[in-house]
Amino acid sequence: MANLAIKANALVKWFGEGEAKTYAVREASFEAFFGEILYIVGPSGSGKTTLLSMISGILRPNAGTVEVEGRDIWRLSDNEIADFRLNKIGFVFQDYHLFPRLTTVENVAIPLILKRMDWNKALDVAMHFLDIVGLKERAQLPPVKLSGGEQQRVAIARAMASNPDILIFDEPTASLDGDTGKRIVDFVKKNILNEKRCIVIVTHDNRIFEYADRIMNMEDGKITAVVTANDGS
Amino acid sequence: MYGILKIAYKLLVNDKGKFVALLVGITFAVFLMVMMTSMFAGILTRSSSTILNVGAKVWVMDPAVTTPASSIPMPDYVVDAVRSIKGVKYAVPLYSGGALVKLRSGAYQAVTVIGLDDPSLFGRPELVAGQIKDIYAENAFIVVEDAEFQKLENPKLGTTFEINDHQGVVVGLAKVVSAGLFGIPTLYTTYNRAITYIPSTRFTASYILVEPKSQQDIPYIQRQVQVLGYEALTKDEFIQKISDFYKYKTGLGINVLVMTVISFIVGLSISGQTFYTFILENLEKFGAIKAIGAKGRQLVYMILFQALFTALIGYGLGIGLAALLITIARSRMPDYAAMITFSNIWLAFIMVLVIAGISSYIGIRKVIRIEPFDIFRG
Ligand SMILES: Nc1ncnc2c1ncn2[C@@H]1O[C@H](COP(=O)(O)OP(=O)(O)O)[C@@H](O)[C@H]1O
Ligand SMILES: [Mg+2]
Repeated sequence: MANLAIKANALVKWFGEGEAKTYAVREASFEAFFGEILYIVGPSGSGKTTLLSMISGILRPNAGTVEVEGRDIWRLSDNEIADFRLNKIGFVFQDYHLFPRLTTVENVAIPLILKRMDWNKALDVAMHFLDIVGLKERAQLPPVKLSGGEQQRVAIARAMASNPDILIFDEPTASLDGDTGKRIVDFVKKNILNEKRCIVIVTHDNRIFEYADRIMNMEDGKITAVVTANDGS
Repeated sequence: MYGILKIAYKLLVNDKGKFVALLVGITFAVFLMVMMTSMFAGILTRSSSTILNVGAKVWVMDPAVTTPASSIPMPDYVVDAVRSIKGVKYAVPLYSGGALVKLRSGAYQAVTVIGLDDPSLFGRPELVAGQIKDIYAENAFIVVEDAEFQKLENPKLGTTFEINDHQGVVVGLAKVVSAGLFGIPTLYTTYNRAITYIPSTRFTASYILVEPKSQQDIPYIQRQVQVLGYEALTKDEFIQKISDFYKYKTGLGINVLVMTVISFIVGLSISGQTFYTFILENLEKFGAIKAIGAKGRQLVYMILFQALFTALIGYGLGIGLAALLITIARSRMPDYAAMITFSNIWLAFIMVLVIAGISSYIGIRKVIRIEPFDIFRG
């Protein structure tokens, strides 16, 4: 087996207290490896976003551990967790969360600027990643001037900009038409995945299932099944 | 560090509507504060103009005097009594009073006449034309060339006029440190001519100007003058007394204080509110930056920078606007009193910093508490 990237151990997350207490994730355990694309599928409200947030250092679990490259991330200090997110994780949010008041290339440069890279250098590097996602000529426009598929690619470029080991996509094709969604995932598989990267994608979209190495099923906060795709990739 | 501030700058400035609203709030507040306090400072300075212009170290007067314009004459013996106090180097009387001048055009103009002690001419102004010894010539007067000068139809050396039915002739033009508050021209002449030309009571000395032998002698002189039933004040004490009169007895001080506080509160609420709305609208963005890996400290810097940047620009605009308005007003109204002093500028600066501090504190609290997860759960 390839190298272990993420090991989630009996993760639990609940929201609210007393009467209102609801479990979003109940003792979820799984592993993700470098060099693979792991899908997490399941109905809406089954806890997928909550789970992604816990493994990417955004949301603290109520119980359980997350080890990334052998490090128990939830034992880190707040500043160390922030650095972990900045350096190890590239998160592509469901709604992209691009900044309308910055240009496209400035959006992509944000992680680099947070890493204290010199402004002009950061823009150069960001430009390189925009080139990879095929949007170099859109660099100076505000993101709102771009189509949905283009904005998704900007979000991907931003997630890639700090060269993270782990890329996490929350429903990347949800707001795209079928063809565009498929092209984006195809692009991710061909250009972004490599032996040193682990990609986790949450999706409902069965048109893109063919790009998965393994598919993990979630229901009601629990992982119910993990299937290995048999397309030979 | 520099990079995130540049991002903060772009998030702020590219949101033009909000940015302008923020600037308007702060500019407005600074403008009001500066205008109010400048007018106040101007009035206070002018109200002490006689003291500044005459320049004596110690002034003896009737204790009931509240402003230089309301001088109460003292009997002549007081001058001699003051002269005999130990520590007094010399003491001379000063006359200050009002008179009516009939100009060559036939128009009448009220003036202030200052009569300088004949032998010493103590408190004499600096001349820009003519010679000081000509003040002893017949009917001689020296005219102060200030904003009120034109009210005397811009006299020249040799111009004649009538003053309380006596002849007067201009023998010199003077410049002074500070213009007066009451908007009437000032004439200098000798003490004796002043008291003969201007009808007065049997008491004639408005003030007694004292030069002490040394600074240490002043407290003793003050005590002795008090024994005589009069009051001796140093230059600074006299200015303070006048300014206290305007501040506390006329309501001017309280009104200015109230207006300044109000403009501060108005500025604070406009800017504070707008800044808070700005933060709320960008909360999602701050959440995203946090999720990407910004540390709390970096977010704090961004907000502080945004608040401070807006505050400083607004401050500059407010000061600029006030200065512009005061300059224009001065050119249109010779008597316009407002003057921007160093302490006004400081006061406004500190208030702007407080506004920025409070606004960013509210913003920072909000941003530090956001859970990025709540924002992009979708
Ligand atoms: N901040 C929260 N407060 C209360 N309930 C929440 C919160 N976040 C998620 N939940 C609940 O947790 C469950 C899982 O949510 P989520 O992880 O967003 O599911 P999915 O991404 O699979 O649609 C849902 O029932 C949701 O209502
Ligand atoms: Mg979700």
